Amino acid sequence: MSAAPRYHVLSVLVENRAGVLARVANLFARRGYNIYSLAVAPTDDENFSRITVVVDVESAPLEQVVKQLNKLINVIKISELDPRDSVERELMMLTVKAPPGTRSEILELAGLFDASVIDVGVAELTMSLDDTPQRLDDLEALLRPHGIVDLQRTGRVALPRLDHAAH
Amino acid sequence: MTTTNGGAALIKALELEGVDTIFGLPGGAILPVYDPILDSPIRHVLVRHEQGAGHMAEGYALSTGRPGVAMVTSGPAATNIVTPLCNAYMDSTPLVVITGQVGTPAIGTDAFQECDTVGITRSVTKHNELVTRAADIPMVIRQAFHIATTGRPGPVLVDIPKDIVDPNNPAAHFEWYWPTDDEVSASLPGYKPTIKGHPRKIKDAAEMTLEATRPVIYAGGGILKARAAEALREFAELTDIPVVTTLMARGAFPDDHELCLGMPGMHGNYTAVTAMQRADLLIALGSRFDDRITGRLDGFAPDAKIIHVDIDPAELGKVRRPDVPIVGDCRQVIEELNKVIHKHLDGGREFPDRSEWRSQISGWQETHPLTFEQSAPGELLKPQYVLEQLRERAPEDCIVASGVGQHQMWTSQFWHFTHPYTWVNSGGLGTMGFSVPAAIGAKAGRPDRMVWAVDGDGCFQMTAQELVTASTERIPIKVAILNNAYLGMVRQWQEMFYEERYSEVYLSPDLPDYVKWAEAMGCVAMRVESPEEVGPAIDKANQINDRPVVIEFRTDSAEKVYPMVPSGKTNDDIVVDPTQPDPVGRNSGATR
Ligand SMILES: Cc1ncc(C[n+]2csc(CCOP(=O)(O)OP(=O)(O)O)c2C)c(N)n1
Ligand SMILES: [Mg+2]
Repeated sequence: MSAAPRYHVLSVLVENRAGVLARVANLFARRGYNIYSLAVAPTDDENFSRITVVVDVESAPLEQVVKQLNKLINVIKISELDPRDSVERELMMLTVKAPPGTRSEILELAGLFDASVIDVGVAELTMSLDDTPQRLDDLEALLRPHGIVDLQRTGRVALPRLDHAAH
Repeated sequence: MTTTNGGAALIKALELEGVDTIFGLPGGAILPVYDPILDSPIRHVLVRHEQGAGHMAEGYALSTGRPGVAMVTSGPAATNIVTPLCNAYMDSTPLVVITGQVGTPAIGTDAFQECDTVGITRSVTKHNELVTRAADIPMVIRQAFHIATTGRPGPVLVDIPKDIVDPNNPAAHFEWYWPTDDEVSASLPGYKPTIKGHPRKIKDAAEMTLEATRPVIYAGGGILKARAAEALREFAELTDIPVVTTLMARGAFPDDHELCLGMPGMHGNYTAVTAMQRADLLIALGSRFDDRITGRLDGFAPDAKIIHVDIDPAELGKVRRPDVPIVGDCRQVIEELNKVIHKHLDGGREFPDRSEWRSQISGWQETHPLTFEQSAPGELLKPQYVLEQLRERAPEDCIVASGVGQHQMWTSQFWHFTHPYTWVNSGGLGTMGFSVPAAIGAKAGRPDRMVWAVDGDGCFQMTAQELVTASTERIPIKVAILNNAYLGMVRQWQEMFYEERYSEVYLSPDLPDYVKWAEAMGCVAMRVESPEEVGPAIDKANQINDRPVVIEFRTDSAEKVYPMVPSGKTNDDIVVDPTQPDPVGRNSGATR
């Protein structure tokens, strides 16, 4: 991925109730904003969910996206997470061809990335990796020549980076 | 504590919200709610088509400022009311629409008359909600009215499954309660409209207003929603700044005021359009830089700084980046602005010399007033003449509703608006068929006022059946059909931009026979073909108060709406009436 991010990461706190995700998704579709990835789950307080959504900035000015989202009655708070000021994680599971000839090479790669092998077949391996989206991209690129059979990513989740200096 | 059931609770909740009129039509899924209506003081107006119910509720809201309420059954009834919802959403009209739904166990099974009402209406409502428990009804209804009427108003839909309002269902019974304001706010943690404008921004706006030499106030529908007409007038008079009122704001500032320049936009007054183009400051109050106002955006008001006041933050910067954005309720912000400017003036501050601007404006007003040529004897009527006569013979505070097309633009242009809440029209969505039901709703809400609907022959054929509703319910509206035998506005575009190739716009002057049709619907009906009949027919209609009246005016189909900014062009390319000097120096515009 290039240095200047072409995406924005929004962390959207919403009421945890039926139809809220549909409202958010509907708004993006209706206003022509492209969603790059989306992850949603309840927060520590069950009344609320957090949607982490990666928006393609080419498709819409961020300010409008945020303001339109804010108009949804069930949306409580939106923060933009600048990749430089936040910690991000994403989970990827992938199945790669791993016949006896290349299996050890693949396992070595997995080890270098701290990926875990979670299923082993006759000629394939399934591994999982949770790390930054960039690291996921890297592993994917390195495994691609071996033949990726299946791949599933969760979309990123993120939280603001904490203050490191003592006050 | 009293126990109640969902259906009774729903009607009681509407009563407590102050609802006096519901426009609707029953059916299977909403049946249990229609039973308690028999015992309620609320008036139910039985419509002939659910689209009519929605537009009536809009007409009611636009003329009274109170939310309009419509109630219909599930499935096809819910889909029939989608157009009014979208119309109200575009024009920020407060509505509460209640739809019946199949019982909760049947939801998702493709049951008879089931449709995903909440899904279908999601993008045309400010908010919508499927209620799944009877006990939630009082709270959801309170939320619906709160959301519909506060912030930027809009339509809210509440979808009610049959089982939770069925008194025979034990699960539909619960202990009655009525949530307090605080409980309602607490139940909506994500909804807090900003009302008060930021004081520093208001100071900045005052400063900019005090410095401008070519300022224009660009007043939009938000003025009416915020009940800010008085504050606007004070602001304009205090600052001596001319005002344009958009299609949505007609009546928000009196047309006979010396500072009023009339309507801007695609079919706006030449002076209103041109003053905005040449302004060095546009003070946008509750307006949204709609494409029908701006024309081609990159050529719109090139020298103008922008102060933009709106209660919806998403409007600020959506189209044109403001120099001073102010989020807040128009009335509050304008009142604050007036205070700050007063203080400056009291302190000896003066406005710059704006005499050149004033004389420029009066020059435009002189060379390019709204105009038309009276028809020669034996020719069909000029629609503008009909409108002049209608206006002249109606009381000052008469409410006028219109459909969509040429007749709408002529009504907006030639009706002199002197009171707020007297103009009922479909602006953002441009919904043909709006006027008859909207006029009925307006009359139901303001029985003390005379209500005229000015309709096109095309529009009339879309919703005319609601005149049956008006006759049965004794809602005596008056309808002027400007029968030009065409889908006139489309014809005008085909004439001007498609080389007079008329494709599917001819309707016929006498099929249907409007007089017979209106009479069949219980109305008094007249047909007028010559100028000398116009006045007497209108006077006769104005004296009838016990039933609806329809006058069919046979008008000239060749008449076009001027001025016109062709779509895709900038406002500088405005085409004026062919009898007036062409500001751009084209030898001749389109022909009459
Ligand atoms: C429901 C709907 N369908 C189509 C249109 C497109 N349209 C805009 S104006 C117009 C013609 C309206 O004809 P009429 O009611 O006779 O009014 P006129 O322009 O002749 O005054 C049409 C078809 C619309 N605005 N709304
Ligand atoms: Mg017509």
